Amino acid sequence: MLWKLVRHYGKPYWAHVVAVLVLQLAATLATLYLPSLNADIIDNGIATGDTEYIWRVGAVMLAVALAQVITAIAAVWFGARMSMSIGRDIRQAIYTRVDHFSAEEMGRFGAPTLITRGTNDVQQVQMVVLMALNFMVMVPIMSIGGIVMAIQEDPGLSWLVWVSVPVLLLIVGVLVRRLMPLFERMQTNIDDVNGVMREQIMGIRVVRAFVRERHETGRFTDANATLTKTSVNIGRLFILMGPLITMVLHLATAAVLWFGGHRVDDGLVEVGALTAFMQYLLQILMAVMMGTFMFMMFPRAIITARRIGEVLTTTGSVQEPEYSIEPQSKDGTVEFRNVSFAYPGAEAPIVDGVSFTAEAGRTTAIIGSTGSGKTTLINLVPRLYDSTGGTVLIDGVPVAEMSRAALTEAVGFVPQKPFLFSGSVADNLRFGKPDASEQELWAALDTAQATEFVRDRTTGEGESAATGLDSSISQGGTNVSGGQRQRLCIARALVAKPRIYLFDDSFSALDVTTDARLRAALNGYTEGATTIMVAQRVSSITEADQIIVLEEGRVVGRGTHQELLDTSETYREIVDSQISAEEVA
Amino acid sequence: MSTGESNNSTQSSQRTGRPEDLFPEVQRPAYRSTAFRRTAGGAVKDGGAAAGVVSEQEIAELQDSVGTGEWGEGSAPRKAKSFWPSLGRLFGTLKDHKFGVVMVFVFGAISTILTVWAPAILGQAMDVIFDGWLGDGIDFTTLSRMLAIVLGMYVVASLFDWLQGFVLNEIVMRVVYRIRQQIEAKVNRLPLSYFDTRQRGDLLSRTTNDVDNVQTAMQQAFASLFYAVMTIIGITIMMFVLSWQLALIALIALPIAGIVVGLIGSKSQKLFTAQWKNTGRLNGHIEESFTGHELVTVFGRQESMRERFDERNEDLYEASFRAQFYSGMIMPIMQWVTYLGYVGIAVVGGLRVATGQMSLGQVTAFIQYSREFNAPLGEMAGMANMLISGVASAERIFELLDADEQEEDLSDQAEEGTLDPDGKQPGQLAQPVHGRVEFDHVQFSYTQEKPLITDLSLDARPGETVAIVGPTGAGKTTLVNLIMRFYEIDGGQIRLDGVDIATLDRGVLRGQIGMVLQDAVLFGGTIRENIRYGRLDATDEEVVAAAKATFVDRFVHTLPDGYDTVIEAEGANISAGERQLITIARAFLADPALLILDEATSSVDTRTEVLVQEAMAALRSDRTSFVIAHRLSTIRDADVILVMEHGDIVEQGSHEQLLAAEGAYYRLYMSQFTQGVDLDAEEAAVSVGTGAIPLVDAQPVSAGESPVPVSTGPLPLLAEPEEGVNPPGVDRGR
Repeated sequence: MLWKLVRHYGKPYWAHVVAVLVLQLAATLATLYLPSLNADIIDNGIATGDTEYIWRVGAVMLAVALAQVITAIAAVWFGARMSMSIGRDIRQAIYTRVDHFSAEEMGRFGAPTLITRGTNDVQQVQMVVLMALNFMVMVPIMSIGGIVMAIQEDPGLSWLVWVSVPVLLLIVGVLVRRLMPLFERMQTNIDDVNGVMREQIMGIRVVRAFVRERHETGRFTDANATLTKTSVNIGRLFILMGPLITMVLHLATAAVLWFGGHRVDDGLVEVGALTAFMQYLLQILMAVMMGTFMFMMFPRAIITARRIGEVLTTTGSVQEPEYSIEPQSKDGTVEFRNVSFAYPGAEAPIVDGVSFTAEAGRTTAIIGSTGSGKTTLINLVPRLYDSTGGTVLIDGVPVAEMSRAALTEAVGFVPQKPFLFSGSVADNLRFGKPDASEQELWAALDTAQATEFVRDRTTGEGESAATGLDSSISQGGTNVSGGQRQRLCIARALVAKPRIYLFDDSFSALDVTTDARLRAALNGYTEGATTIMVAQRVSSITEADQIIVLEEGRVVGRGTHQELLDTSETYREIVDSQISAEEVA
Repeated sequence: MSTGESNNSTQSSQRTGRPEDLFPEVQRPAYRSTAFRRTAGGAVKDGGAAAGVVSEQEIAELQDSVGTGEWGEGSAPRKAKSFWPSLGRLFGTLKDHKFGVVMVFVFGAISTILTVWAPAILGQAMDVIFDGWLGDGIDFTTLSRMLAIVLGMYVVASLFDWLQGFVLNEIVMRVVYRIRQQIEAKVNRLPLSYFDTRQRGDLLSRTTNDVDNVQTAMQQAFASLFYAVMTIIGITIMMFVLSWQLALIALIALPIAGIVVGLIGSKSQKLFTAQWKNTGRLNGHIEESFTGHELVTVFGRQESMRERFDERNEDLYEASFRAQFYSGMIMPIMQWVTYLGYVGIAVVGGLRVATGQMSLGQVTAFIQYSREFNAPLGEMAGMANMLISGVASAERIFELLDADEQEEDLSDQAEEGTLDPDGKQPGQLAQPVHGRVEFDHVQFSYTQEKPLITDLSLDARPGETVAIVGPTGAGKTTLVNLIMRFYEIDGGQIRLDGVDIATLDRGVLRGQIGMVLQDAVLFGGTIRENIRYGRLDATDEEVVAAAKATFVDRFVHTLPDGYDTVIEAEGANISAGERQLITIARAFLADPALLILDEATSSVDTRTEVLVQEAMAALRSDRTSFVIAHRLSTIRDADVILVMEHGDIVEQGSHEQLLAAEGAYYRLYMSQFTQGVDLDAEEAAVSVGTGAIPLVDAQPVSAGESPVPVSTGPLPLLAEPEEGVNPPGVDRGR
């Protein structure tokens, strides 16, 4: 997956890759050339006392070094461009993908993991690409080039390469092999410690209410001790790495001097070549080591790429129709025709053969216990999901055949969980109608019983202070209370003036008085528009023109409040649980 | 010159440039091992964090704390407010390991000295070869002796390097273990108000990220900084000893390197900051559009959201490209500067060897020294960053550890002899506990400026069910929290069975009370474990019995793993209502003398609620119960209903009595049925407010006595904290 991902998104930048390869090659060759120049200085300059030669070769060395630094920097430039571009493009691809997800895919993945995948995961892939670009080329060239050069300098010593490289590989390999699972375990241990701590802080009242401080401390101590043990074990292995590697390098150096000394003595090789050999050997060993460390990054990157791939290969189940149909009349009738919905793989449908018509300009209420499918049903209207059976029609046109724009124009939606976007109050209110005037905003706020608190609202200090419509809303709307958030969400839907309003249990955070006033105002504001509302409280729907009673995804009652009291057992049960009989009468 | 060769002995530091540049950490073997720790540790840690389950909060925090790598792999380190005192205190945590710390430094010093010294001897070995080559054969006896010495030095150096690492590892892990334990203990001793007034995310970050950060700093920065400085001093000395002229040449390269790194480095630091800022902006946008996905879809805002995404994505791309490029440049340039010095030494050294002023071996050794000089320099920059960030984290931890604690239980004070003999004395609760609760002119406020409860008295008799109703912010939750002694009252007295609860151990008091909270907090683990939380020694049968009584059993059977179903953090597999039922089962199992239900069934649908009510009624039958109701139907059986407004009880009595009195309760009650009909009438009821109290059930209330006289203190007309838990103006953590 990692490879596929990088190949696909790297394609537009193949020229960059070529550039990096060439430049890296040049830089590495320059690097490899330096020791050999150095050897020349020793053999032909210092040994013969030829100072002019020393100066000349010194100048060449400088030039080579300069060439090296320039090519290296250029390689960095191309490498950074390419890897960052890939990151940007993958992010964009994920965003586009998720954008077209329906609520079903959103629910399947969950927003938090999608966010992580779109941000952190991409970042990781991007860094791996950058590292790979830098090292993938350099490591092999450096090792092979180093070996070639070393053998060229003195084939008689080449056996040192064949001995020291495997020894180093062995040491690093064994340590890394033993460390990797420990690192993984440590991550789990850290998660455990943090998890216990999080629960303790989030559930502090429960812990104290049940006097479980000691119990929690016990859990924490266990987790902490486990983590510490793993960390200590890692540390013990880890501290071996440095000294052992250093020892190998030093041994190799001494060996070169010792065996090389003999060869020098026998006249088989010159001293300059000896020093060059030593440097090449060290270069090879460094390259090998880096290669090993590189490999440590891959398992993670592969997992990450897989997570990204999952998103990119998922297709949103709700697609725009190829040819959209515009409704002829726009009076706002919503019709459910034998509608069913089931999650993929689920045994039982959530909504099962629901048929009813929400007449234009009328109010239809949906009631039923938790899990009866109310929210799912209402979500089918703006195509957050597509029904798996039957058809939902707006003004006689199936929603699946309407364009997104036409749907948006027709439907105003207030979700169960009030959610606001960061920005000003006005930004939020204009969400459905970007060109709404201030009067329109205030009219909507009036209706939503939100005028008062918006007017008095001030955020920020000094320069950034803002009041009223300009006051700021933090991400998710966490800086207004639940009830206020809900009212703003209602106002947001009102500003757009759609012909169909969907309220999904949208008054739950309001106190009864506000609720009542809002409802009264709403009647006037939405005059002529169709309203479908999901409700919990019977009292809030007694006035509805039509009440649909849902039970396990099926319609078990339909009619007005009074009619249903007579005809629907389920409705009566719901009512009984809320209002006693005498009151209803 | 003749003689000559140059250099290189080299051991360690290979010249080759490239590796060092891109993987600064790796270069070190040559020199010390600490770098390795960093590389591998760092790499894996980042990966791990990303791969594991990361909450949004953590992502944000991660971005904050990642980093501070060598050349600014991350954001600029957070700065400590008072660096030196905090550093001193951080050192102080090592005081139990004085001997070990001394050993670490001694071992490290030995290792460093030997490492610094060895190249000089290697240089001499080189001289032996070179002289032999030029003259009449190499003196292998001398050569072998020298190599043996050098090897011996390196072996000993490595050994001590390992030893110090070993000892340091044990010490740091122990210290960090203890810091974690201290934090945990502290969390248990902090007053609840501490949690109310702080962002929980911040608190969590202190207990997790900051501790990790401190660990890294202690493990790597402390010792490494010390060795880096020692190495630099040692090398400088060795270089001057070998040849002060060459030393000057070598050191000339330093300021150049310093300037280059300083310029580009600070530039790239800024760029990295910009990168993180852009990352944050983009992530924020992604978070928002994904979380608000359905709204974006329904309101047809994909286009504009997308535009903003593209814009920010492009910004991030530009920023991160620049950051990566600039930081990527540093190493090649550093390397080049090294080459400059190297070439200078090779040339000047070569000339000096040629004129017989130096031996080749000395030049070789010199070149090695000049190269090794760079490593600790780079290291110091990185380590200093790490240390600064570590100290900043330590400071945040210390802040937490220094926070005011709740007052100790009196019995503990007595044990420790710190009890004020003239003050309250530890109380005893007689068994069995009857459950009479009295409030005697209680005063309480979350913040001094805004008194909440000014004078509240009530008397709940054993076995009575007391319902509390009133608008949001009236102090309902506060009232029950005071019984739990989650907060200390400012005046008056609360008594349980006649004993002042302030004199009781909190554990003893709370052990008598079962509480079901507003938000259904469950812990990681199975349903069974969560129910058992109410009584840890309960048998499986008892757990199931409690579950049956509270209708948990019913839905547990629909779950594939039954009672062993693991509750997921986001609660995807269990609905809000079901979670609430589990918390009720938990309290049920605890079988307390006193029961507090704070909107215990708000998320349960009304029909299930009726069933749960029956179970609860059974549970309440012989216990004193306080019930805060979301739906008034919940309190149909209450013996006494308290109507609260602005921190005071304004009415009290049975449902019928209160209706008959036609006071606040009556208005509140009637408002349920007039809504949307007559706005003016509504207006009248506004003052009554009402939180989430929808419907009342008018079934005859059992056991009605005549209204109990209510002590009404002055009515403070104040804005109340929302839901009475959070003082106003305090942001709740996410």
